[in-house]
Amino acid sequence: MQYYIQQILNALQVGSVYALIALGYTMVYGILTLINFAHGDIFMVSTYIAFFFSTLLLGLTHHLPPLFTFVATLLAAMAGTSLVAVIIERLAYKPLRTAPRISCVITALGVGLLLENFMVAFKPIGPDSRIIPALFESTNYVIAGVTFSTLQIMIILISGIAMVLLDLVVRKTMIGMAMRAISWDKFTVPLMGISVDTIISITFILGASVAAIGGTLYGMAYSIDPYMGIRIGWWAFISAVVGGIGNIRGAMLGGFILGFIEIFTPVFLPASTYRDFVAFSLLLVLLIFKPTGILGKPAVQKV
Amino acid sequence: MKRFSPFIILFLCLILILTGCQSGSKSDKIIIGLNAELTGSVPVVGASCKNAAELAVKEINDAGGLDIKGKKYPVELLIEDNEDKAESAAAAAQKLATAGVIAMIGPNASRNAIPASVIAESSKMLMISPWSTNTKATIDEKSGSPKKYVFRAAFIDDFQGQVAAKFAIDQLKTMKPAVLYDVASEYNKGIAEVYKATLEAAGITLAAFESYTSGDKDFSAQLTKIIQAGADSLFLPNYYSEVPLQVQQAKKLGYEGSFIGSDSWGSSELLTLCGSDCDGSYFTTHYAADIATEKAQGFIAAYKAAYQATPDDVAALTYDSFGLLFQSLQTAGKIDREAARNAMAGITSYEGVTGNMAFKGTGDPVKSAVVIQVTDSAFKYFQTANP
Repeated sequence: MQYYIQQILNALQVGSVYALIALGYTMVYGILTLINFAHGDIFMVSTYIAFFFSTLLLGLTHHLPPLFTFVATLLAAMAGTSLVAVIIERLAYKPLRTAPRISCVITALGVGLLLENFMVAFKPIGPDSRIIPALFESTNYVIAGVTFSTLQIMIILISGIAMVLLDLVVRKTMIGMAMRAISWDKFTVPLMGISVDTIISITFILGASVAAIGGTLYGMAYSIDPYMGIRIGWWAFISAVVGGIGNIRGAMLGGFILGFIEIFTPVFLPASTYRDFVAFSLLLVLLIFKPTGILGKPAVQKV
Repeated sequence: MKRFSPFIILFLCLILILTGCQSGSKSDKIIIGLNAELTGSVPVVGASCKNAAELAVKEINDAGGLDIKGKKYPVELLIEDNEDKAESAAAAAQKLATAGVIAMIGPNASRNAIPASVIAESSKMLMISPWSTNTKATIDEKSGSPKKYVFRAAFIDDFQGQVAAKFAIDQLKTMKPAVLYDVASEYNKGIAEVYKATLEAAGITLAAFESYTSGDKDFSAQLTKIIQAGADSLFLPNYYSEVPLQVQQAKKLGYEGSFIGSDSWGSSELLTLCGSDCDGSYFTTHYAADIATEKAQGFIAAYKAAYQATPDDVAALTYDSFGLLFQSLQTAGKIDREAARNAMAGITSYEGVTGNMAFKGTGDPVKSAVVIQVTDSAFKYFQTANP
């Protein structure tokens, strides 16, 4: 029994990171109907910002309280990543706003490759793996045979808070209303005095910020390298599609479903190598029976 | 046109050098070729190899040359860069073969050593790869029989799996061993399978035999399974960039047994990433910088004096490759490729920096491995494991 509880805990940890990244895919799709394939690499960039900022803070002669260092790193990663995401949007996607969808998708893939290879070629970063230093003391607890660490709890908790906040922003604020309005009808919205470009930028900022939260936590629990965004980006993308792309709660649900697939594949099947097989099979089956994803609603094509 | 002129000049120079060598070489000096990864993705390997090669040659020349039947012959080194590319490694081997070298040392990485060995074999040139551990370097893939002219100074992957398994049984007294390995990488998979087979031959059943795919960073599912199975030792024949994650995650999940690894652990990167988490772990490798034999200490001191750095395993194995070649030439009694090859195959004992070596019908040496323990975030020699 405690074995399964342990695995559920593992799945929640992995799933919350997928959910945070999936949110970025789903929001950008919702507003631009663009699959931002560079999002996994934006997540990778966020981990490096967190890495360099935290090493800088820890290298200072004054010893800062751990909570301050952690929160400051989190905020710096969110701000830095948002900036990168907005620059990418302005330089790479905005000029293609009226171009065919396929041009945008190819551009997104190109931006992803650019980010990866720039990181490898850029001397201070290079291809080596790194680990974000422990920003707070992580102790191991054992309760009824189930082992968990402070870090694990923090990952699940902070991700949960971030998701609830994002959900509130999209549902209850004017900005959120504008975002939903654009995804509903992007031709009428500017007539109501809403700047579409500003709202698109804000969407990218929100997506990048939640990815940065995930990135900072991920970098502390695992290691970071320039190619890490590829696999995790694909899995987050499947999460978004499974949950119903364009739907925020769907992305969260999808993230956790994929987290459970990742952890429970080696539990029930002979090897962990079946993971991608299981995940992509689920995607295929789902697309056959419910093409809009679990929580997605069929879009009405206006002619 | 302008772009090509330096290459043409280089080419002409090479022709001059090569023809110059051939004319005077037969009688009064020994020319040895070095085929190393000086540029490309593993330049550190090439640099270590070149340093050790130059040190080995310098030591002989400082003593007046290599003593063969009472006559001293000066040794000359011909260095070729293989750019860590299979085709360049073969081209460099071809160049050295036509330049009339007595033998070629290198390439180091198996991916370069395998294509170069084909050239060495067809041009009947003795080749010694210091660092290649893949069986295909010395075994002909079509016939399955050993290549005649290709030798190596390192032990092969299979042997390492056996050594690690014996160590787990004898030293760690493991009753419930577990393995976590990268199923997508040939090296990791090969060692893991030999480890498993050796343990099973000794009557020990594995508690868990779990795999992952290159690039994975979360191993919690497999590790939880391993812990659930009650494992008391965990074998991780994986690369130094992944091992720290596996060790740290295992500890976070409450694993308290020991960790064993293979020579892919032997990078200082491992210590940087692992912090103190890897302390107390063991891994098998070619050589330890703090090993106590006189020969090894002499080499380490000379290398440090010449290059202000501790020699790594590539340097030690390159130095041993030269040692093997010198001994073969002395046994052969003449400077002749065929005679040198026969003497090499007949070596029954050579005391090298990386231990005692002998050849028994194949190009793979019978030699000992070294077990290193990670102590206080440093690699410390623990024991020598004999075959």
